Amino acid sequence: MINSKYFLKGYRSIKGIDSPAFALGCSFIAIGALLKNLGFNIQESIFSTFLTYALPGSLVMAESLLVGASLINIFLAVWLVNARLYPMTVSLMPLLIHKKQPRWKYYLSCHFIAVSSWLIMKSNYKSIERKHRIDFWIGIGSATWTVAIVSTVIGFLAADYLNKDMMIGLAIVNPVYFMCMMVGAMKTIQISLSVILGAVLGPLFFFISPEWSVLFGGFTAGTIAFFIGEANDK
Amino acid sequence: MTSNIVIAILVTSLATYLSRFLGVVSAEKIKETSKIFRWFNCLAYSTLAALIARIIIFPAGALAEADYFIRFIVIIVSLIIFYSTKKNLVYPTAFSAIILALLNYLQ
Repeated sequence: MINSKYFLKGYRSIKGIDSPAFALGCSFIAIGALLKNLGFNIQESIFSTFLTYALPGSLVMAESLLVGASLINIFLAVWLVNARLYPMTVSLMPLLIHKKQPRWKYYLSCHFIAVSSWLIMKSNYKSIERKHRIDFWIGIGSATWTVAIVSTVIGFLAADYLNKDMMIGLAIVNPVYFMCMMVGAMKTIQISLSVILGAVLGPLFFFISPEWSVLFGGFTAGTIAFFIGEANDK
Repeated sequence: MTSNIVIAILVTSLATYLSRFLGVVSAEKIKETSKIFRWFNCLAYSTLAALIARIIIFPAGALAEADYFIRFIVIIVSLIIFYSTKKNLVYPTAFSAIILALLNYLQ
């Protein structure tokens, strides 16, 4: 069903010095502690990372619960902040699709799409034969997912020992880690422009609409970068 | 488990999975050599960059309590460390957490 050789190869990709496991772990330790402070019990905290597995979304859920937002508001806020997963999926799955592989693998494994796993796959897919890419991807996804769940537990258990300053320290790990991975991926004009314009337009659009700034800013930036990149190629 | 927390988790995961699911549905018809694929690739990177920049500049939660100037310094130094350690991800992230906690404590 799943080729274990490629699955394990993918699973092992989180080892090594350039591995995102450390930063991913720290970010989810922060989530675990945050959820505990919000009044979640350990099952609920594990359940949350298990089912959502997207850091900004979990943060938004925590903030929304804190201010007592309605379920509709939680849904909209999370959808808006995690809508980036849509273009991420569309720009990853065509690389993995193979006609001999069953459809369910794709619909199930799309749950693993998150910044770390996505960037690992993007930088490694060429070295894997197309037919085995999906199994390799399921390996990567399972590995980063495991790290996230284990770290949530650690964070939950460590919550009482983390003071305010340490929580603030942990809170910066996720943006720093995402930022480093992004600038590390800036290898073509199109991608570099996408990243730079996105980083400028996202905050600028915040003044127009805080909720929609990521989507509007990202959409505008990505589209401009695409056209400049295409024009440059000719 | 408290029922409203469980419902909030379910709503959150549904809102998250929706984008992933629709992504796979759309991806079935898109070839990796097509223009639309490259456009979506740009959109993926740009929305991600927009999100990170917004989190750093207009943070919510714990990060909002750190001073704007301190945040800025930590980000810049982390980037310098990232480049000077041949794109190692452990050093800049570990540095950022420790130094921000420390600076905040000293303040």
